[in-house]
Amino acid sequence: MTRTTPKAEFSNTWQSQIYDVLKEFQIKHMAYVPDAGHATAINKFEADNDVTSVVLTTEEEGIPYLAGASLGGDRGVLLMQSSGVGNCINMLSLQNNARFPLLMLITMRGDWGEFNQWQNPMGQATEAALKLMGVLTWRVDRPEDVEPLVRGAATMAFEGDQACAVLLGQRLIGKKEWTK
Amino acid sequence: MGKVLLKRRDVVAELLKDRGDTIVVTGLGSPSYDVMAAGDHDLNYYLWGAMGGAAMVGLGLAKSRPDHNVLVITGDGEMLMAMGAFATIAVQAPKNLTIAILDNGYYGETGMQLSHSGRGVELDRVAASVKFDWAARITDMAEVKDLRRRVHARNALNCAAISIDAEEVERVLPSRDGVYIKNRVKAALGQKI
Repeated sequence: MTRTTPKAEFSNTWQSQIYDVLKEFQIKHMAYVPDAGHATAINKFEADNDVTSVVLTTEEEGIPYLAGASLGGDRGVLLMQSSGVGNCINMLSLQNNARFPLLMLITMRGDWGEFNQWQNPMGQATEAALKLMGVLTWRVDRPEDVEPLVRGAATMAFEGDQACAVLLGQRLIGKKEWTK
Repeated sequence: MGKVLLKRRDVVAELLKDRGDTIVVTGLGSPSYDVMAAGDHDLNYYLWGAMGGAAMVGLGLAKSRPDHNVLVITGDGEMLMAMGAFATIAVQAPKNLTIAILDNGYYGETGMQLSHSGRGVELDRVAASVKFDWAARITDMAEVKDLRRRVHARNALNCAAISIDAEEVERVLPSRDGVYIKNRVKAALGQKI
């Protein structure tokens, strides 16, 4: 390619690295509750005919959906916000009991520089809540850590049938995203 | 004449007759026992918990295995916990998925408290309102036979609320080992465990 367009530059961002890594892991299903921090991956998956994109009414639905897809032999990912983690708690017993692979990529609210304090209680409890239910977690606050941590979590989810969550911190996403 | 309500075990036995390679997902509680009573099968995925998850497991299966019939057999209480899933499933609209709700209007496992459907909420009309291809209330065996035909036709997203009586029947328990049940389904579908 000879052109250097803003689009080409954009494809090197951590946002689009998430999509690239997930494609490398042959993700066939992307379940999500819409979120600005995940907008790039959501748009790319929605435009990808090899991937089934499933918009959920609540994050909880994503867990049995991906369990079903896994029973059928496919890999998937759940893209969501930290505020949705509380919605998933009992449903995580499905992963716990049946050891389905589960990969959750979670954009944080109530984490750093949050303008809306209503987000803080769940944001502050997100990582602990996931750990209480047996989900392995990693935090990312720097762009250069996104690719290796998503790759590592995907490896452990799909090779070892583990429930894994990568938490994308507000320092990474930037608080500008959240103030309109 | 007064309508005689269907018996849950008769309904499930009819739905699973000559099932072929239909994959069945069961909601926790009585539907799991009913499906087990009709005969254990490698392509049965029994839930013992994760209440509200049965229909979404079915959706994941239907989307990943478009070459199979997927039949979710669950109860009214379990499906009431998945009201949003009606909308999520309708948006995907797989033609190989049928949700059969054994609707007695009660929470049977917890001591027969009236459920919302027992208080007038019509789950088949919820499915119709979010635009399932086909949704109906079923009250007799001829309609159950027709539903079975629909499961195998694989040409529509279906939801039936099946009026059954609230009589308690003997529990026939499937395995509670989630990993075993999972691996059995995957092996039956030809996957490496």
